[in-house]
Amino acid sequence: MGKTLAEKIWAEHVVSATAGEPDLLYIDLHLIHEVTSPQAFDGLRLSNRKVRRPDLTIATEDHNVPTLNIDKPIADPVSKLQVDTLRKNCAEFGLRIHSLGDVDQGIVHVVGPQLGITQPGMTIVCGDSHTSTHGAFGALAFGIGTSEVEHVLATQTLPLIRPKTMAINVEGSLKAGVTSKDIILAVIAKIGTGGGQGYILEYRGSAIRALSMEARMTICNMSIEAGARAGLIAPDQTTFDYVKGKPHAPTGADWDAALAYWQSLNTDADAKFDKEVNLNADELAPFVTWGTNPGQGLPLTSAVPNPADFANAEDRGAAERALQYMDLKPGTPLKSIKVDTIFLGSCTNGRIEDLRSAASILKGKKIASSVRLLVVPGSARVRLQAESEGLDKVFLDAGGEWRSAGCSMCLGMNPDQLKPGERAASTSNRNFEGRQGKGGRTHLVSPLVAAATALKGTLASPADL
Amino acid sequence: MEKFLTHTGSGLPLRRSNVDTDQIIPAVYLKRITKSGFEDGLFAAWRNDPNFELNQPQYKQASILIAGPDFGTGSSREHAVWALQNYGFKVVLSTRFADIFRGNSQKMGLLTVILPQEEIESLWQVVEEKPDTQITVDLQSKSVSYQGKSLQFTIDDYTRWRLMEGLDDIGLTFTKIDAVAKFEEKRATFKPKTLPIR
Repeated sequence: MGKTLAEKIWAEHVVSATAGEPDLLYIDLHLIHEVTSPQAFDGLRLSNRKVRRPDLTIATEDHNVPTLNIDKPIADPVSKLQVDTLRKNCAEFGLRIHSLGDVDQGIVHVVGPQLGITQPGMTIVCGDSHTSTHGAFGALAFGIGTSEVEHVLATQTLPLIRPKTMAINVEGSLKAGVTSKDIILAVIAKIGTGGGQGYILEYRGSAIRALSMEARMTICNMSIEAGARAGLIAPDQTTFDYVKGKPHAPTGADWDAALAYWQSLNTDADAKFDKEVNLNADELAPFVTWGTNPGQGLPLTSAVPNPADFANAEDRGAAERALQYMDLKPGTPLKSIKVDTIFLGSCTNGRIEDLRSAASILKGKKIASSVRLLVVPGSARVRLQAESEGLDKVFLDAGGEWRSAGCSMCLGMNPDQLKPGERAASTSNRNFEGRQGKGGRTHLVSPLVAAATALKGTLASPADL
Repeated sequence: MEKFLTHTGSGLPLRRSNVDTDQIIPAVYLKRITKSGFEDGLFAAWRNDPNFELNQPQYKQASILIAGPDFGTGSSREHAVWALQNYGFKVVLSTRFADIFRGNSQKMGLLTVILPQEEIESLWQVVEEKPDTQITVDLQSKSVSYQGKSLQFTIDDYTRWRLMEGLDDIGLTFTKIDAVAKFEEKRATFKPKTLPIR
């Protein structure tokens, strides 16, 4: 019997396998940031251990950093200490770091692909659950905890039990105004936030093949919101074209060898997935979440659901609690919901294509007087690229704010936060209670819906303008 | 890591599903550079509500958290495990755990036990009626017992052995470090390196 793509990449990275034990897996790339690494470096120091492969490790500052006045010292002393600690640790252990102000600084999952160090067939880890983003290149990429960060620093390996595999088949073609964000929100609504637990997802089908690399990253990014540690897409010409010419892409004979290998990275025709889920792309519409987990989403044309209509007691209880937190009444049309803030950014939707698509809706128009629009590029290079295309002017002229790169309001570790009771349409990945600021309320949307919502002041798609 | 053989204590009923790591410890509490002191951030937002279980005096001594399904979803922050341990929890019982959270808990010696939802419901009822009910979670016999009742649970033998011996994974991997070096010798040369900077 053939193998799935995930099984192939796994098998190629097994350093040692013993019956009854987890496989010891080699890690090709370890990405580091300031929040989940300090205790790991402390652990190394306590045990007198070194970083085994500084040349397979890279750090950037993203979670904590301000998006205004980045040339000044970080105002919050606790954030500053954490960022300074990362800088000290990188200097002590000889690791490459892209600090605030550096042209390659940005969200760790935006930086990897743009440097070309994210490539097909690799194992990639980071102390951040959205590491699944890199799966878009046909890599096995997953988030790890701080104990595992220390393990990878010390040994460049991880002991892991191989997950099962699940195919997410998306056939057909997306209608205008429907994006990869809507695909993944629909997938999560279908299988639930626990549906992918214990699985690696492989996104397949004609609708996936038709997507750009950046759109694929948006899908793989949110695999974790469906409970799956990793999600991937087989590499194809779109992938190869994207990687080629990037700073760390292979060149010359190495490129030819790499390409031959990458072309072998797909699921065999006779391979069997442990589970398969099917979605019809033609039927998809712009999606929005109404609740407090990413599985609580519906097409924008729907109304807020009635908890009483949920058959399962668990879902009913969760819906009741969510509506109370979100201050929403059953039956309210989603399009009538007023928002205060629009956040465009994050490792989900903070890339150049995301900014372009939002700008195409906002160009020459003004946002509603009742809203604020925060545009935070995913990396310093995305910011520069956007400025070279005049996108910053589009956002500023529309009445938005143009910020420096970082995770920003996606998780509100820096000063970019919602106030209690404030409601946001956000292109990020989590609508958890208080995620974007204590008491804040989040509706997850695509960049197109975010832009249309900014213009109307209520949840809207470009077709509603 | 401390050895985990058996633990007896009282339970705290958390009748909520999808308790994500942003609820267990909000991001603003993640700025510390130590592994201790996170107890103040545990369920920080919910603790503003005086009726929240953690604020109720009858559960002050609880060391076993009895949670709804899909506990620990969301971010990879191990701080969620540290916060539970710093507060005094030794065990979490649930129907389903998020993969990363479960992995983190097993690295730190916080025992996560999967039980069927009907058993979680029974435990909630018992603990709500009689908060000082003593619950024993025994890793040797893979059982949860209370009021004369005993429930079996499953856990993979390797993780169980590691937890019972209190072994840390890094030390175990170093016993195989020659295999790692051998693997590195045959890695393809086209694989990217972060250094030197290009």
